[in-house]
Amino acid sequence: MNGLKRFKSSEAAARQLRRDTIMMIERSKTSHIGSCLSMADILAVLYRDVLNLDARDPKWVQRDIYLQSKGHAAAILYACLARVGYIDPVELARFCQDGASLGGHVTTHGAPGVELSVGSLGHALPVGAGWALGMKRKGKTRRVFVVLSDGECDEGSNWEAALFAGHHGLDNLSAIVDCNGIQSFGSVEEVMRLEPFVQKWRDFGWQAVELNGHDHAALRQALECRTEGGKPLCIIARTVKGRGVSSMENALLWHYRSPSKDDADAALIELGGASCETDLWTR
Amino acid sequence: MRNRFVDALSAIAETDPRPFLITGDLGFSVLERFQNCFPDRFLNAGVAEQNMTGLAAGLAMAGYYPFTYSIANFPTLRCLEQIRNDICYHRLPVCVVAVGGGVAYGASGYSHHAVEDLAIMRALDGMTVLAPADPVETACAVEAIVAAGRPAYLRLGKGGEPNLHRSKPGFVIGRPLMLRAGTEICIAASGPIVGNALAVADMLAADGIAVRVLSFPTLNPHEPDALRAAFEGIGNAFFLEEHFGNPLLASIAEVAPDILAKMRSHPLSLARTNKHVLGSRDYLLSLSGLAPDGIAARIRQSLG
Repeated sequence: MNGLKRFKSSEAAARQLRRDTIMMIERSKTSHIGSCLSMADILAVLYRDVLNLDARDPKWVQRDIYLQSKGHAAAILYACLARVGYIDPVELARFCQDGASLGGHVTTHGAPGVELSVGSLGHALPVGAGWALGMKRKGKTRRVFVVLSDGECDEGSNWEAALFAGHHGLDNLSAIVDCNGIQSFGSVEEVMRLEPFVQKWRDFGWQAVELNGHDHAALRQALECRTEGGKPLCIIARTVKGRGVSSMENALLWHYRSPSKDDADAALIELGGASCETDLWTR
Repeated sequence: MRNRFVDALSAIAETDPRPFLITGDLGFSVLERFQNCFPDRFLNAGVAEQNMTGLAAGLAMAGYYPFTYSIANFPTLRCLEQIRNDICYHRLPVCVVAVGGGVAYGASGYSHHAVEDLAIMRALDGMTVLAPADPVETACAVEAIVAAGRPAYLRLGKGGEPNLHRSKPGFVIGRPLMLRAGTEICIAASGPIVGNALAVADMLAADGIAVRVLSFPTLNPHEPDALRAAFEGIGNAFFLEEHFGNPLLASIAEVAPDILAKMRSHPLSLARTNKHVLGSRDYLLSLSGLAPDGIAARIRQSLG
C-alpha cells in the first residue's frame, strides 16, 4: 500500500514530508530547504491522491510518470518516495553523507522510483514531452507530470518544450510550476520577469490555471482535471518559499542555509510537535 | 551516406518496431522515405535541438530507439548537456546523427564545420562513437547501433560519398577494417577521408611502397586486441583525421599505449588557422595537407 495513504489527509502527509526534509537537511548541512518546503503540498497531493502507481513496484508498466525538473529539491522527493515505500527510509538519514545513496540533486541511481536524473535546470520538460508523445503514439493513457521551479523558466529549453507540447496537443502532459518567487540570486521579479506567466503558457497552446499551491483541494481538482481541445495542462502554483516554517518563509537566505539544531527543533515544533510518532528516526 | 543511412534505418524499421527518427527541421529530399513509410515513428522537432534531444530521451523511456538527425554541430554542441545528462547518464538507446562531419559543408563556413565533434562525443561516458568511411560502413553502423541499444554518435559525410568497400565487411563495433594490406607503413583514418588514404596507397604503390589502409569506423569503444592486430608489424603510422587534433590517435593512446610505443605516429589533421577560409571540402583539405598528394609527400618525407 502507498505509505502516504496512511496519513489521514494529504495535508498531514505534506506536514510529515516537511518534517523529514528538515531533519535530512539539518543533518546533512546542505542547501535548498526553502525550495523543498514550497513544493511539499504539490508533492503530497500528487503522490498520495493523483498519480496512478504501485507502491510495491516503482517500474510498474502502467504507472503515471512524475518528473521533477527542479532537481535541487531532492530531499523532499526522496522523503516522499521513502514514505510511498520505494526507498529504504534508512537512506534518508544518510542523505548527502559520505558514500550515501541519496545526494543533493535528484538522481535515478540508488533511488528507486526516480524516473529521471536531473540537477541542471530545464531538462525534464523536454523529456516529459517526449515520453508523453511516445505514450500517445503507442495508444497508452498514462499521464506525465513535470514539476518545475519558476526560476528555471529562464531556460530556453523549457520554452522549446512548451511550444512543442502545445503544437502536438500533448493532453497527457501536465506541468506544475512551483512559483515561490525566489530564485538563486534574487527574486524572480528582479532577475527575470515571467509575468504575465499564465498568459505565456496559454499563448503557447496550453490550458493554464493559477492557484494557491498550498491549497490541497484546489491542487487535487486541477491535477485531476482533463483538459479540453487536446491541450497540455499547466498549473501555476503560487507558493511561499520555505512554507511551513515561519522563520524561513519568503527569504532568499533559506535557498542556501541549512538549519542549526535549534532552528530545526523550532521548525519541527511548528510542524506538529517536538517528537512525532511518524518520524523515521529520532534526533 | 545520408541516403544509405535512411535506407538502412528504414530496412530495420520494417521488422523492428523500435527505431524512431527525429529531425531538427533538416533532411529535405532525404528523410521523406522514412517519414512516408513510418509516419508514426517520424517527428520534425523544429529548429530546437535541446528539446529534440530531451524528446529523444523521453521517447527512449517510452520504449523507442530514437535517432536525432541534423547538420554538423547542431545535434551535438547545441545540446551537449542534454546528450550528457538525459541520454548518456541514463544509458538510453538514442543515436545522435550528424550530417556533414569535418569540412563537408565547405563554403558554408565555420558554423557548419564539425571539427571538434569526435573529441567531444568521445569524452562522454558510455557513448559509442562511430564515423563510417562510406555508404557500406554506414549501413553496417546503423545495424550495429540498433542491435547494441545504447547511446551512440554517428558522424556521416554529406552526400555523394563513393563506396570504398566492394562488399559488406565484417563490421563489429570496436574493430578497425583493413582496406589495403601493407607491411611497414600504415594510414589510419575515420570517415570519408579514408578515400584519400586509398588514393595515397595507389600513388605510393606505383613507387613500390605498400601502404596498409585501416578504416576506423569506431572511435569508442575499442577492442585493444583488435587494435594490436591491426597495427602488427607497422613502423610508421599516419593518423589521418578530418578534425581539429587527433581524437582517433588519442583514443588508441588511452586504450592501448603499448601499440604507440612500438611505432612512430604521425598525426595529420585540419589546421586550426584555416577556419576563416572558404571553399570546397577538397580545397580545404588540401590547405591542411590532407589531400592525397600532400599526404603522400608527408609519407615520402618520413621515409627519408
